[in-house]
Amino acid sequence: MNSDLHLLENTASDIFAGYRDRPGLWEEIEDTGLTLVGVPEKAGGSGGDSTEAVIILRAAAYHCAEIPLAETQWLAAPLLAAAGLPVPAGPLTAAEAAHDEVRLTADGDGWVLDGTLPQVPWARQAGRIVVVTDGRLCSVDASHCTFETHHNLAGEPRDDVTFDSVYLTAADVAALPEGPSLRLRAALARTVQLAGAARRALDHSLRYAGERRQFGRPIAAFQAVQQYLAEMAGEVALMDLGAQVAAAALADPRQDSEVAVAAARVNACRAAGVVAELAHQIHGAIGTTHEHDLRRATLRLWSWREEYGNEHAWSTVLGRLTSAASEDPWHLVTAPTT
Amino acid sequence: MKATVFFEPGTLPPETERLRAEVREFLAAEEASGGFTPVADSWVSGADPVFSRKLGERGWLGMAVPRKYGGAERTALERFVVIEELLAAGAPVAAHWIADRQIAPALLQHGTEAQKERFLPGIASGRTLFSIGLSEPDSGSDLASVRTKATRTEGGWLVEGTKIWTTGAHIADAVVALVRTGPAGESRHEGLSQMIVTLPDDGVEIRPIRSLDGAHHFNETVFTGAFVPEDMVLGTIGNGWQQVTGELAYERSGPERFLSTALLLRLLAARDDADSRVIGALTARLWTLRQASIAVAVQLSEGAAPDTAAAVVKDLGTRFEREVIDAARATGVRPDLASIDPFTRVLAESVVRAPGSTLRGGTNEILRGIIARALGVR
Ligand SMILES: Cc1cc2nc3c(=O)[nH]c(=O)nc-3n(C[C@H](O)[C@H](O)[C@H](O)COP(=O)(O)OP(=O)(O)OC[C@H]3O[C@@H](n4cnc5c(N)ncnc54)[C@H](O)[C@@H]3O)c2cc1C
Repeated sequence: MNSDLHLLENTASDIFAGYRDRPGLWEEIEDTGLTLVGVPEKAGGSGGDSTEAVIILRAAAYHCAEIPLAETQWLAAPLLAAAGLPVPAGPLTAAEAAHDEVRLTADGDGWVLDGTLPQVPWARQAGRIVVVTDGRLCSVDASHCTFETHHNLAGEPRDDVTFDSVYLTAADVAALPEGPSLRLRAALARTVQLAGAARRALDHSLRYAGERRQFGRPIAAFQAVQQYLAEMAGEVALMDLGAQVAAAALADPRQDSEVAVAAARVNACRAAGVVAELAHQIHGAIGTTHEHDLRRATLRLWSWREEYGNEHAWSTVLGRLTSAASEDPWHLVTAPTT
Repeated sequence: MKATVFFEPGTLPPETERLRAEVREFLAAEEASGGFTPVADSWVSGADPVFSRKLGERGWLGMAVPRKYGGAERTALERFVVIEELLAAGAPVAAHWIADRQIAPALLQHGTEAQKERFLPGIASGRTLFSIGLSEPDSGSDLASVRTKATRTEGGWLVEGTKIWTTGAHIADAVVALVRTGPAGESRHEGLSQMIVTLPDDGVEIRPIRSLDGAHHFNETVFTGAFVPEDMVLGTIGNGWQQVTGELAYERSGPERFLSTALLLRLLAARDDADSRVIGALTARLWTLRQASIAVAVQLSEGAAPDTAAAVVKDLGTRFEREVIDAARATGVRPDLASIDPFTRVLAESVVRAPGSTLRGGTNEILRGIIARALGVR
């Protein structure tokens, strides 16, 4: 990583670390332009490439920041920008409707949206909800929706959102832009986040193993514990690498990024389970308490690995790609990336 | 002789099948009438004293306790059948679990006549609940290093120190604490004793510790000069290490060491999207682990102490519990603790409660050390 990227990482980390349990985080990172890094400047974003976007989201995940950064920076803003719709300030979210979940009907010059989308991340906290349905992309004012409260295991809001004949002007609806689907973007964003949370679990484990003493020595002196730490460190490094390569592929319009995202996703979801398990094993009973910070990382690992398809779902996608392209796995693995 | 780990096949007596049918019938009726909601990890996370008393009324607690102490005077293998059915159903058995599994046998083996008369009838009726105070903030795996101290005083002992992770102490009528009563000696295992401290007690403060899912079963149990009369010493002063480790084969080989996610497996198998190859593989593993657990139970009932075999059951059994979770995740269902769908909720409970299974009752690393020692390589 070059020194500019280091600086970005340190700046982002300092901000996220400083705002634990305090309001105002969103405003500060929005003021510094971090929320729209990776979104083109001409669309109202901050510019910057996928490497920078990864650094920021990973840092937010590492610090368990309770804001819809992935949803804004990785989903809603890029999709709005690509569709030529305005990117408003403030937190945003996005969701893709499965078959029949919502109905978009033309109404004079505008449109009417009906239906319910399950478990939309941070919907209640967002100013606008980007809804992808039926080949169109809608920018919906969240104050026109109703919500039913749900949470993931980590306590992050995942409300069901109901649109009860919500009227949308023609300016709020556009054709779905070309490029990576919302699901692919979201699976990648959660993969980046998994890498951040896994790194937190690893750092906690390293520290704790050096501090906790049993049988007269730090538990890090026991080979079993060393092996766990080594295994975790390897998994975390691979998660991180996969996320970076897949993010670069997704950002490159000349590439079909599905293989890269699927592969990084499968690997990260599987590794998330390993890292969470070993982190807890190293921490003993204290790690299973509500008070201990480890929970914030592991509950996110267990939640994020399930959102937008876990390793089972994406393995199937990848497996089908090999047969659909009548290519053997080796050809998929060796397809060039930038 | 070549060191080895070995299970002697054992069978449950055929007459236990009648009992199994009775338990299943009871559970079906209770669940149907809302008597309980099945949960994952129900022997630690599902405490319901009312349900415990219902089991007591049916004679399904303290099953191996003699009639003169209020027990059912049945066999340990009959008890095995009852508890495996309760666990597989996710029934809330946590309130009485420690009393029934551990304290009743310990009292029968080491207790005085007065202690047996005082506590066993309550254990068998589900009215007397126990907790165990072994771990301390600085003593987890290294149990011999406990510092909670009992000093002699007129007519008994004064206990001072802090126990932690005492499951259920907040609803228990007593805690059996492992305390230091003398120097550790060269083996580090001398000078330890077990004491029964009845609760509540002015000299015992019980502070709740919430688990990562927000639930309360753990406590920090602080002894600030609690008085323990001489007649509440369990067994022999100085013999605590032998007594505690003697309980371990019971503690480690029971069906609770591989059935914490059995409810999830059953719910998974009932789904349309269940992969029969995966269900088959899990069922095979479960079948084998259960045979191992029965083998140990039979040996225990014949007076043997198969510590190594028990360690194998717990090490492999707890890992099997996690394989069930991963299989259930293949459905793609997002775990949700608040869901009204049982599969979705039990999956969530299984995920967030999984870390405890390979820690409690001796971590898997410590267990593998025991197995390695039996193999003669340590
Ligand atoms: C759900 C649950 C219920 C419990 N209920 C009770 C209860 O009712 N009463 C009670 O007294 N206690 C209870 N405990 C505590 C339990 O007995 C301890 O968690 C256990 O003994 C491990 O101790 P520790 O948590 O301090 O971990 P530590 O001993 O600190 O271990 C931390 C890590 O280091 C490893 N380690 C330690 N020593 C070695 C070694 N020599 N070689 C290799 N690895 C090593 C461990 O395996 C573990 O991975 C409960 C725990 C849980 C999780």
